[in-house]
Amino acid sequence: MEKTKYEKIVNRHKPQEARSQNAFIAFVVGGIVGVIGQLLMEMYMKWLQIPQSEASVYMIVTLIFFATLFTALGFFDKWVNFAKCGLIIPITGFAHSMMSAGMEYKREGPISGIGSNVFKLAGSVILYGIVSAWFFGLLRLLVMGG
Amino acid sequence: MTRTYKNVYVQDAATIAGPYEAKGPLHSFFDKTYDDLYEGEKSFEQAEVHLMRESIQVLLKKVQMKQEQVDLMIAGDLLNQITSSCYAVLPFQIPFLGIYSACATSVEGMILASEYIENKTADFVICSTSSHNMGSEKQFRNPTEYGAPKPKTSTFTATGGASILLGSKKTDIQVTASTIGVVQDLGQKDPLHMGAVMAPAAADTIYRHLSDLKENPEDYDLILTGDLGCFGKEILKDYLEQEHHVKLGTNYNDCGVLLYDLENQKDVHAGGSGPVCSALVNYGYILQQLREGTLKKVLLVATGALFSPTFAFQKQPILSIAHAITLERVKLS
Repeated sequence: MEKTKYEKIVNRHKPQEARSQNAFIAFVVGGIVGVIGQLLMEMYMKWLQIPQSEASVYMIVTLIFFATLFTALGFFDKWVNFAKCGLIIPITGFAHSMMSAGMEYKREGPISGIGSNVFKLAGSVILYGIVSAWFFGLLRLLVMGG
Repeated sequence: MTRTYKNVYVQDAATIAGPYEAKGPLHSFFDKTYDDLYEGEKSFEQAEVHLMRESIQVLLKKVQMKQEQVDLMIAGDLLNQITSSCYAVLPFQIPFLGIYSACATSVEGMILASEYIENKTADFVICSTSSHNMGSEKQFRNPTEYGAPKPKTSTFTATGGASILLGSKKTDIQVTASTIGVVQDLGQKDPLHMGAVMAPAAADTIYRHLSDLKENPEDYDLILTGDLGCFGKEILKDYLEQEHHVKLGTNYNDCGVLLYDLENQKDVHAGGSGPVCSALVNYGYILQQLREGTLKKVLLVATGALFSPTFAFQKQPILSIAHAITLERVKLS
């Protein structure tokens, strides 16, 4: 049978993914993470009397801490399974990806296990994050003069 | 290549299952189940070794045989370089052949064993296989704690170890025929839709087996594929009818669908997979039905997706293979 003809048979029996439902859940959960972040920032600014730029760093550290803690306690993967990109796209997803990789390779030792695998998923984000930051920084310098 | 046998009998089998499988509908057919994915070991890989090794120990106890009486051991699994099998068989010191055809490994082992026994090269051969859900997720996909979302077509690697003893001593279950499959490629590249990848291999092997033996699907009480899952099952029926004009009726089912309760165990999505998936179903549930006489003639078609993450990332199509074996209930004279 030709591959295209077989593809038609495969597609005929393909289930519909609940895309709009998934997108809605991700939107709401992602939004909640954003609101929590904003609340944390306001709290830090008020209680510690620090400027917004400093408070945002504290807020990010707090979110990272709780995401990694929840991953280590073993239930964050179930949340991700439910909320999908609602928890993967924010900073919580980045922390979770590193923590889960670290836990996975713990038994292969600190160097050949955790050390070489902790960035298994997060490595691409860092690499392309740095490359695009450099590119847009250059663009800004050329267009807006710095 | 289809072969028929006259002197090969199923002596007995043993199955050890993990926690998800124990919650499934076939829980009463397993010899032992575990609540924990580590099975008391330090890592998932070592847990898999434990599962296969224990299935061999339980099997030897069930048939009341010493390891010296077994001539050959054939085993395979899903982890790189089939290391789980090598560690599992170490304490038994029985001549060992390691094999690999992914989830079709169990039937490949049984075919090789049948050849040795039919040719009187060996009297008793143990065939073992295992897989571990977390071990294979770690090797093939993302870290297990990551919990990446999966589509409905994805299948769930079963956790367990299973062993079967074939021999020349007469019992009421006989291995009567087998077909060695051909590697297939119909251009499927989605590792999260293995049913679509493997259906052509299953169809080809079923067609070859039936036409070589001049049989029809109705000659069997049950035709059972390995791990196509609920969507792959429909693709197979459709494809087999269009390509080979063979119509599968209500006597067709899939081990991946039988192993779990697809309604209540949503984590498994389209069904079970992994080398041990078909072995757990066949060595427990199906053998029991053959022994009781509810089933008289069964065709087992184990299906395997032959791929590695490296080749998949290089955008190569995922290949598949299927091997078939016929089990029949015979009257002891």
